[in-house]
Formats: sequence, structure tokens, C-alpha cells
Amino acid sequence: MADQALTAGQYIKHHLQNMTYGQHTDGTWGLARTAEEAKEMGFLSINVDTMFWSIFLGVLFLWIFRRAAKNATADTPSGLQNFIEMIIEFVDGSVKGAFNGRNPLVAPMALTIFIWVFLINFMDLIPVDWLPGTVAWIAATFFGADPHHIYFKVVPSTDPNATFGMALAVFMLSLYYSFKIKGVMGFVGELTLHPFSSDNKVLQMVFIPINFVLEFVALIAKPLSLSLRLYGNMFAGEMIFILIAIMYGGGWALGIFGGFLQLGWAIFHILIITLQAYIFMTLTIVYMDLAHQVPDEH
Amino acid sequence: MNINLTLFGQSITFAIFVWFCYAYVWPPLVNALTERQKKIADGLAAAERGQHEQELAEKKATEHLKEAKGQASDIITQAQKRANEIVDEAKDDARTEAERIKAGADAEIEQEINRAREHLRQEVVTLAISGAEKILKREVDKDAHAGSLNELATQL
Repeated sequence: MADQALTAGQYIKHHLQNMTYGQHTDGTWGLARTAEEAKEMGFLSINVDTMFWSIFLGVLFLWIFRRAAKNATADTPSGLQNFIEMIIEFVDGSVKGAFNGRNPLVAPMALTIFIWVFLINFMDLIPVDWLPGTVAWIAATFFGADPHHIYFKVVPSTDPNATFGMALAVFMLSLYYSFKIKGVMGFVGELTLHPFSSDNKVLQMVFIPINFVLEFVALIAKPLSLSLRLYGNMFAGEMIFILIAIMYGGGWALGIFGGFLQLGWAIFHILIITLQAYIFMTLTIVYMDLAHQVPDEH
Repeated sequence: MNINLTLFGQSITFAIFVWFCYAYVWPPLVNALTERQKKIADGLAAAERGQHEQELAEKKATEHLKEAKGQASDIITQAQKRANEIVDEAKDDARTEAERIKAGADAEIEQEINRAREHLRQEVVTLAISGAEKILKREVDKDAHAGSLNELATQL
């Protein structure tokens, strides 16, 4: 619920600020009390909430799956194992359908991405004020902090750091495998000899920089699109939840209407969070497949 | 919305999670799945084989039954034949035995007749002699005429 002391604009801003830990301008270390302070901390700071939730959810995912893996038998599966196997088969089918190389790392990576991103996105369905409100209350009650200056963003995928971080890891892996499979010359050739090529040596020399610009943009676009798609979708979804939450401060009629809106948007959002997780997984598989493709001769 | 160290933190976290999943989560689950697939395929194959074997066994059983029936009827025919033979043999035996007995009886009768005839002859001789004695008592000397009397007796 919108705090009475905040305007709608402040409320939204408050929800969009991460809990950032870093060095203040006066040289001390601590949490940023305002968005400006967080900005001043620069690169050498860390978003505690993003890291906490992503690690917590990742560990949760691995814990559940590890438990199923330990008890996995070839006999009749039960309960949890059934469910896990369903996911495994789904991911395995996606990998087999899109990935033609031979790399045992791709399928586990796809599984990790799918479930982890799904769980992270799922945090979006928790009403926007519950967890930040709880944290602010704990901070105010036990640590004497001003609740208005406690920021807590629950959905890591609405933090570009998180999505860029994942996309960066995928990008690094695809670069690594590109070099490994194609060789340095093969990879450089892929970047410079397409899409324009000519048998004329002089013409070819002219084409190389043009090709490189085009291909380099295409290369960089992969991790950017991968992370921005997820970030944009989740950020927009979160924003709508925040806007709906503002309605709770506008009297009981608007509040009830907002409640229905939130329910409707949450149900719709279930589709989006699953879809986004699936897209992230599929694109990762496709990028890894591209990295494993040996260029055909031209 | 600042880009900061979280970026690398997230990358490293992601790498660790992927590694853990790759090392400890994915292989046992996929192995279990492939193993189960193999088990099911084996089971289906075994079931099919079993069905096939059952069909074969049924066919074999019918054949056995047919053979047994044939053998049984053969045995019955043989037994009947044998029984007829035995009956025939018995009849033959009985006939020969009967003939033998009859022959024995005939021989005995013959003997008896001969004996009776001999006996009769002796009687007749004795009677004839005694009659002749009575008749010839006075005229014929027994000792003197013994030779001619004996000759007479053999002719009888």
C-alpha cells in the first residue's frame, strides 16, 4: 500500500531503487540511503537485494533438483521425481531440437537458466509491498533505520545487472566455444568474410571492414537482446504492479478495483514469466548452437 | 538502476549454478530417465517375446496332441490286431489240442478194440477148444493133436 507520506512519484521511485552496498562519498562503507547516494557509489558497489534473491532462488532450485537427483531411480517415479523428470524431458527436448553440436554443458545450462529465471521472475507475483515492507519494518524496528531510506527490490530480473550478468556469462561461453570449435581464424573469418565476399582481392579488402562492422554489431546484439528482453519485460510487469498498488491508496472503491486488476495482471503475468524464462533458455541454446557451427565453405 | 559489481556477481553466481547443475543434478536424472527408457523397452520386448513363445508353445502343444492322438489310435489298432491274432492262435491251439485229444482217444479206442478182440479171440479159442474137447474127448488125444489145434487157434 502506498505510504501516506509518499507521493505517487516517490512511491514508484522508492520501489525502483535497489538496496545498494558500497562506499559513500565520505569514505565510509554502508547501504545507500537515497538513489543519489547509490549513484555516487559508482561501479564498486553491489545490489544486496538482487544478489540475495538470485542466490537464494538458485540454491532453492539446486537443492530441490539435487534432492530429486539423489533419489532418482529407474523404477516407478513418485511425486517430486515425476515433476522434475517432466521438466528435464522438456528441457532435453528443447536442447535436442535446437542444438546440433556435442556439448554436455548445454543441457544443464539450459535447465539452470529455465528454472532459475522462472523462479526469479516468479518473485514478481508476490505483492509488491510485502517483502520490501517486511524488510523496512525489520530495519526500522531492530536497527532503528528510517524505513523511507530502506530500499528493497525483490525481483532480480528487474535489475539490469542481473540480466546482463547472465547474458554476459552466456556470451563468454559462446565466445569460448566459438574459439574452441572454429579456431581463432575460423572465428575471425566468420566476423570478416560475411555477408559480402568477392574473389577479387582488392574488393575483398574493401569488404572486410564492412563485414566486420555488420557482424560485430550482430555479435554484440546477442547478449544485449538476451538480457534487455528479459529486463524490459519484467521491469514493465513490475511497473504495472506498482501502479496498481498505488490505487490501494485511493479509497476503498479504487482499492477493490485495483485488487481485481492485480489479480488479473498476476494471472496474465504467470504466462509472461514462464515465457520469458523459456525464451531466455531457447535463445541461449540457439547462441550456443551458433557457436558450435563450423562455417560452411564459400 | 546503476550498473555495478552486481553484474559480475551475477555472472559468477550463474557460472557456479550451471557448474553444479552440470556436475550433480543433470547426470543422475538423465541417467535415470535413459535407464527407465531402456527398462521399458526391454520389458516391452520381453512381453512380445513371451507372447511369441506362448504362440509357439500352443502350436507345439497342438502338434503334440495330434501326434499323441495318432499314436493312440495306432496303438489301439495294433492292440486289436494283436487281440485278433491271439484269438486266432487260441482257436488254432484249441483245434490242434482237440485233434490231438481226439487222436489219443481214437488210438485208445483202437487199442481197446484190439484188446477186446484179442480177448474175444482167446475166449473163442478157449471155447472152441473146450467145445472141441468135449466133442473130441473120446477120440482125440490132446497131446497128439496139439499141433493142429494151435494152428487152428492162430487162424481164428
